[in-house]
Amino acid sequence: MNNYLIEITGLTKVYGEDDAAVHALAGVDVQVERGEFVAIMGHSGSGKSTLMNIVGCLDHPTSGQYFLDGRDVSQMSKNELADVRNEKLGFIFQSFNLLPRLSALSNVMLPMLYNADDVSDEESEARAIASLTSVGLENRLHHRPNQLSGGQQQRVAIARALVNQPPLILADEPTGNLDSKSSVEIMDILHGLHKGGTTIVMVTHESDIAAHAGRIICVKDGKIISDGRDGSNHCLGLHQ
Amino acid sequence: MKFRKIFRTAWEGLMLNKVRSFLTTLGVIIGVASVIVMLAVSAGAEASIADQINALGANLIIVAPSRGIPGASKTLLLDDAYAIGKQVVGITGVSAEQAPPPQNIRAGGTTLEAIPLIGTTADFPDVRDYTVGEGRYFTADEDDRKAKLVVLGAGIATDLFGTESALGQTITVGTTKLTVIGVMAPKGLVADVDYDGRIYLPLNLIFQKYMPVSPLRADAVRTIYLKAESQDKIPSVISQVTALLAERHDVDPAKPDFTVQTQQDIIATQEATTAAFRDLLAWVAGVSLLVGGIGIMNIMLVSVTERTREIGLRQALGARQSNVLMQFLIEAIILSLVGGLVGVFIGVGGSYLFGSLGTMRTEIVPLSIPIAFGAAAVIGIFFGYYPATQAAKLDPIEALRRE
Repeated sequence: MNNYLIEITGLTKVYGEDDAAVHALAGVDVQVERGEFVAIMGHSGSGKSTLMNIVGCLDHPTSGQYFLDGRDVSQMSKNELADVRNEKLGFIFQSFNLLPRLSALSNVMLPMLYNADDVSDEESEARAIASLTSVGLENRLHHRPNQLSGGQQQRVAIARALVNQPPLILADEPTGNLDSKSSVEIMDILHGLHKGGTTIVMVTHESDIAAHAGRIICVKDGKIISDGRDGSNHCLGLHQ
Repeated sequence: MKFRKIFRTAWEGLMLNKVRSFLTTLGVIIGVASVIVMLAVSAGAEASIADQINALGANLIIVAPSRGIPGASKTLLLDDAYAIGKQVVGITGVSAEQAPPPQNIRAGGTTLEAIPLIGTTADFPDVRDYTVGEGRYFTADEDDRKAKLVVLGAGIATDLFGTESALGQTITVGTTKLTVIGVMAPKGLVADVDYDGRIYLPLNLIFQKYMPVSPLRADAVRTIYLKAESQDKIPSVISQVTALLAERHDVDPAKPDFTVQTQQDIIATQEATTAAFRDLLAWVAGVSLLVGGIGIMNIMLVSVTERTREIGLRQALGARQSNVLMQFLIEAIILSLVGGLVGVFIGVGGSYLFGSLGTMRTEIVPLSIPIAFGAAAVIGIFFGYYPATQAAKLDPIEALRRE
């Protein structure tokens, strides 16, 4: 097994057929090593969401190959993809996507419901508490989302993403709904995870947030137009 | 994903919206309860009809002129009853009856208008299991002599004489003075006939004094009742009576001008009527159960739409299509099973309640409980499946994007 966690070659995604065909992704090649913190930037319609969906195993590519953690996931069945998402991926969404009527603890326990091995109730609760503790919410276990601030809600979502200890965290505009103070908190947590060795791929359109990542990939018209480790500046042209 | 976890997830899903879950279940509760209650009501009605018919007397065989055959109503004669009594083996008594038009009766200052008169032979109390409460019934000899005697129904005795004894009193029936020799024990309504509101006279006296002048033979009777010695003698008695009367009436035994029936025959006829009634009730109840099922489907579809994001999230977290399908299917099944269970309790309780109110009799049909409960379970699966597949089919990307 090579050292790439994500290895994508010749990836295309076409919606519609013939004349009406829209090439959302028009041949993308990208590799992400284990332990990297990557930001993906691009306008809406650039194809970055499509790329993110395929990386997140929520969608099939039209053609091309995608190896995740050494396995070809591009041709997997829906059930296999569900298992891969459960095992290999942790999602962080812009809108948190917590179940409103469940406590923070129950929300964090959700992914373990779908684990292949039958985790006992005691163990899944212990793991969820550990995960919430790691994001500093050990005193908010039984709060419901509407009893928490936006930043706290996103931390619950991060705890949920971490609870199955996946090799890859996917964050889709993680600070998009947060004020600047909460944004800093969240980015600090992501930095902490990165330092701990977790691979993070984050979509954002805010260049100061993207600047937290060690590497920035810019997407435009379904193609990667730049891929660099020189901070966010090279992507600035995108916004002019 | 283990069943226990799916079940718990489904249960939590329902508990999140308790009022809605309860209202959804209500349709099934009402459906199941009404199946049980309606079957109990119709079974109760059948049982009370059977009881009434049995109350006519035990091991009773009823001979009556055929309806619908011209002239048949005058062919059954008192002499036929005597012949049966003499020649048929296996009976303990024969009672012929005739009912003339009602008469006004008078005792002292009291007049009762239009009281039904029944002329009977002496075996009447024995054959019809109708005991004399006070005094005695007239004898065969008194009947033959057209003795001017009368036995009162319990209600008539009270109406005429209050708490005073009626025995030995003289009453005027029509224009004839009769002596009261007995008062029947209270019997009440049997098959819509008020036995206590009638008076009983020797049949031959009825023929002489009270039958209107008509083409009817003066000694024609409307019914002859026979009491068989035992249940197993009944078939033999029926064939003897049929043969004897066919010979006496000079008719083909296959096409007689009279009918010979047992209580069982009458009960069977009544049951055919009530069966149609019962089937109708069962259909109505079944339809309400079906409507309950549609209610479940409706709410589950709403629930799937409302919880689209939740479904998308669960899929993103690793839920397979089958996990989502099972979650929603089990929600629907829980709704219908809980509804079924509560419905059974309410149905059984309601049946007892209706029965205890006294206006109608109910008898719970044991089979109706598993049938109603099973139907609820089937409805849960059937109507829960479609919404569950709608949930499982959702595309996680679309579902997560939904507001």
